Amino acid sequence: MDLTFSPEEEAFRQEVRAFIADARPQLPDVGAPELANRTKEDYLAWHKLLYKKGWVAPLWPKQYGGTGWNVTQRYIFNEEVADAGMPTTLPFGLNMVAPVIFTYGNEEQKKKYLPRILSGEDWWCQGYSEPGSGSDLASLRTKAVRDGDFYIVNGQKTWTTLAQFADWIFCLVRTDPNVKQQEGITFLLIDMKTPGITVKPIIVLDGAHEVNEVFFDNVKVPVENRVGEENKGWTYAKFLLVNERSGIAGVARSKKAVERLKEIAGAERIDGEPLIDDEDFARKIADLEIDLAALEFTELRTLAAESKGRMAGPESSILKIRGTEIQQRITELTVEAIGYYAYPNDRALGANEFIGPDYALGEAGHYFNMRKTSIYGGSNEIQRNIIAKAVLGL
Amino acid sequence: MDFSFTEEQTLLRNSVSKYLADNYKFDQWRKFTRSELGRDAGHWKQFAELGLLAAALPEEHGGLGGGPVDSLVIMEEFGKALVVEPYIPTVVIGAGFLKAAGSEAQKSEWLNRIAAGETMMAFAFAEPKGRYNLADLSTTAKKQGAGYVLNGQKAVVIGAPWADTLIVTARTSGGQRDRNGISVFLVDKKAKGVTTRDYPTVDGLRASEITFENVEVPATALIGAADAGLPLVEQVTDEAIAAVCADATGAMKVLVDTTVEYSKTRKQFGVPIGKFQALQHRMVDMFVNYEQSVSITLMVTLRLGESETERAKAASAAKVTIGKAGRYVGQQAVQIHGGIGMTDELNVGHYFKRLTLADTLFGNIDHHLKRYAALS
Ligand SMILES: Cc1cc2nc3c(=O)[nH]c(=O)nc-3n(C[C@H](O)[C@H](O)[C@H](O)COP(=O)(O)OP(=O)(O)OC[C@H]3O[C@@H](n4cnc5c(N)ncnc54)[C@H](O)[C@@H]3O)c2cc1C
Ligand SMILES: Cc1cc2nc3c(=O)[nH]c(=O)nc-3n(C[C@H](O)[C@H](O)[C@H](O)COP(=O)(O)OP(=O)(O)OC[C@H]3O[C@@H](n4cnc5c(N)ncnc54)[C@H](O)[C@@H]3O)c2cc1C
Repeated sequence: MDLTFSPEEEAFRQEVRAFIADARPQLPDVGAPELANRTKEDYLAWHKLLYKKGWVAPLWPKQYGGTGWNVTQRYIFNEEVADAGMPTTLPFGLNMVAPVIFTYGNEEQKKKYLPRILSGEDWWCQGYSEPGSGSDLASLRTKAVRDGDFYIVNGQKTWTTLAQFADWIFCLVRTDPNVKQQEGITFLLIDMKTPGITVKPIIVLDGAHEVNEVFFDNVKVPVENRVGEENKGWTYAKFLLVNERSGIAGVARSKKAVERLKEIAGAERIDGEPLIDDEDFARKIADLEIDLAALEFTELRTLAAESKGRMAGPESSILKIRGTEIQQRITELTVEAIGYYAYPNDRALGANEFIGPDYALGEAGHYFNMRKTSIYGGSNEIQRNIIAKAVLGL
Repeated sequence: MDFSFTEEQTLLRNSVSKYLADNYKFDQWRKFTRSELGRDAGHWKQFAELGLLAAALPEEHGGLGGGPVDSLVIMEEFGKALVVEPYIPTVVIGAGFLKAAGSEAQKSEWLNRIAAGETMMAFAFAEPKGRYNLADLSTTAKKQGAGYVLNGQKAVVIGAPWADTLIVTARTSGGQRDRNGISVFLVDKKAKGVTTRDYPTVDGLRASEITFENVEVPATALIGAADAGLPLVEQVTDEAIAAVCADATGAMKVLVDTTVEYSKTRKQFGVPIGKFQALQHRMVDMFVNYEQSVSITLMVTLRLGESETERAKAASAAKVTIGKAGRYVGQQAVQIHGGIGMTDELNVGHYFKRLTLADTLFGNIDHHLKRYAALS
């Protein structure tokens, strides 16, 4: 066991740092690292710079354009990116559908889709949830009926994050209604420009247009867009969900957010003294940092096991539960630190206008918005059920 | 011991609740809170006609002679409907100061107008770096002739965009954070030197940043004695805390009921989600938190008239309880609703926001824990 970084790893860290310093001025100023108010180009700017450098896909095997980094390098890279406050790349193409394609797709599919995901040319969204099927994903009803070389898709998806920008959607559809739920599902890749698809916005409670309803009305999807076998989609879907969850821990970003919280608490005053020196407040920050340290080591243990060839399994549920709860506590404490200046509704103000200190901008909205993290990607209740069953054998 | 409401109070509750059910539905709320004015101009007059603004005011000044329990009844119903009109700033705080320390002339001038719905007030007390310490004031009021000159800045003054009159705390002597040297003034919002910057708040109210630049007020603007205003400010703020708590219990009630109802109809895995014990226990805890909040709100309301220490302890205890309960109930309500709970379209998120900000108003959990500990 060893915690020190080798000279090569330190050199890698310096290389990442230099790259970020160089990239930063080329990026649009997108404010808080959240989804609100961004254009498609804003999201893709960082992606494209990483792509040019060959660093956009740390999770992919080298042969498809991945970085070939080991676990430690990935860790260092994430740390540096979060520490510099760089935006995240969107997971739907890079970390969700791409691994399904390179693990279960055929050669044509790999050739057709992977390069365009890498370059950012294609924007993907995730068509899993439906109005009646959230936690019980396998009960989904959107159906696909085979008609010669096509599937005819009818139904509705919902909560589809950033579908308003998407070129493609990966969907779970029902191809056999007469078997056990999990056995009649197929994984389809659908071009969002296909006739019969309608996207309707859903506004979330901080006012952002972040999710959508997606309707399918007799949408013709070529059979060659099916990943793997018909009716075997549940296997691919679950594989994807495990990948989705591990990204959710967000340790490096939470560390950065705690730092920011400390800066805010340093600027706020309580009886004339910095809030950060207040015993009660300092204790709450310490409590957070300690939980975060434990989570970080839990994540490192998982990554280390993975690097020895063990696939992440139900352990990713631990990362999801703890990671999201910590993220929520940070935002809650940030709002608490700001006090009365959490009240102004920044969305109602003009661009670059704020009420109160600049660090208060958007923080209340961010807190409200982050309540989603314990709901999406399989709610935290579902994660606990998974651990109860799969790990504890209850 | 008797915790029952009088017949008049029950009638009062029924009439508020009926009015709001007919005229203040959530879709109406959405419309008018997003309008330019931010409220429906008709409601305040209606509140006056229904006697809500007069309920807790003395009879000799156009009131109905009730007290804090009447305010509690009104605020609970207001919390259930997310009412945005400034009942607390105007009736609880504005009239509260005047009832407790106003001169006869001030009372006759203002209380009738408050009861009749002819004025809206806002309480300008917090300052950018003052946090929750009511004595931490840099706003000054210097004696000039028979009157005073005000200078300073007030932060996030709730209801100020609608107000015509401001209740302002300022330092007439002493150093920053001294308990002595604080005075309370009635200031016309149109007075020369008053500048406001108005904005909506995240929970659908309106607020302003207010600057006072050499604002001249007459001697008659002073409420109570000069330099000795802090105990008065604390008393009225505790009364306002009782009202905030009642508002929050109303909001919690809606969230508990709505969540339980939803869990009986929303099906996943072939059963209503309310059948999952993990959620059942959570909803039981929401309910327990709500009941605790009702109890402590009654306690503070009934203790407002006791000794300064008893009153202050009760107010802080209530504020802590409500702060914790409001967070828990709000967060769980969103969580148990799942994705739909995250939407702007559903009322749940808006109650959650109201409860989130209620924790901050007049001091958060930490502030009141400290205050309580210091008093014990
Ligand atoms: C902001 C946001 C973005 C999203 N983005 C996407 C996306 O891009 N693509 C996509 O496909 N989906 C997306 N989702 C959907 C998300 O995955 C679902 O919201 C989630 O799976 C929960 O489903 P539901 O909303 O239907 O809640 P429900 O399943 O109705 O759950 C309601 C409540 O019941 C609880 N519950 C349900 N079953 C059990 C049980 N067995 N035991 C205990 N508790 C239970 C849940 O935990 C929850 O608290 C997004 C959601 C949000 C909020
Ligand atoms: C100090 C002490 C003094 C006592 N004195 C007396 C006495 O004077 N007379 C007397 O008759 N008894 C007495 N008891 C017994 C006491 O009433 C039992 O311990 C109690 O009813 C729990 O039963 P159990 O210990 O068999 O636990 P179990 O019933 O086996 O329960 C084990 C755990 O499972 C949980 N559990 C059980 N059912 C459910 C469910 N449906 N849903 C969720 N969780 C569940 C329980 O809450 C508990 O956490 C005493 C116990 C103690 C510890």
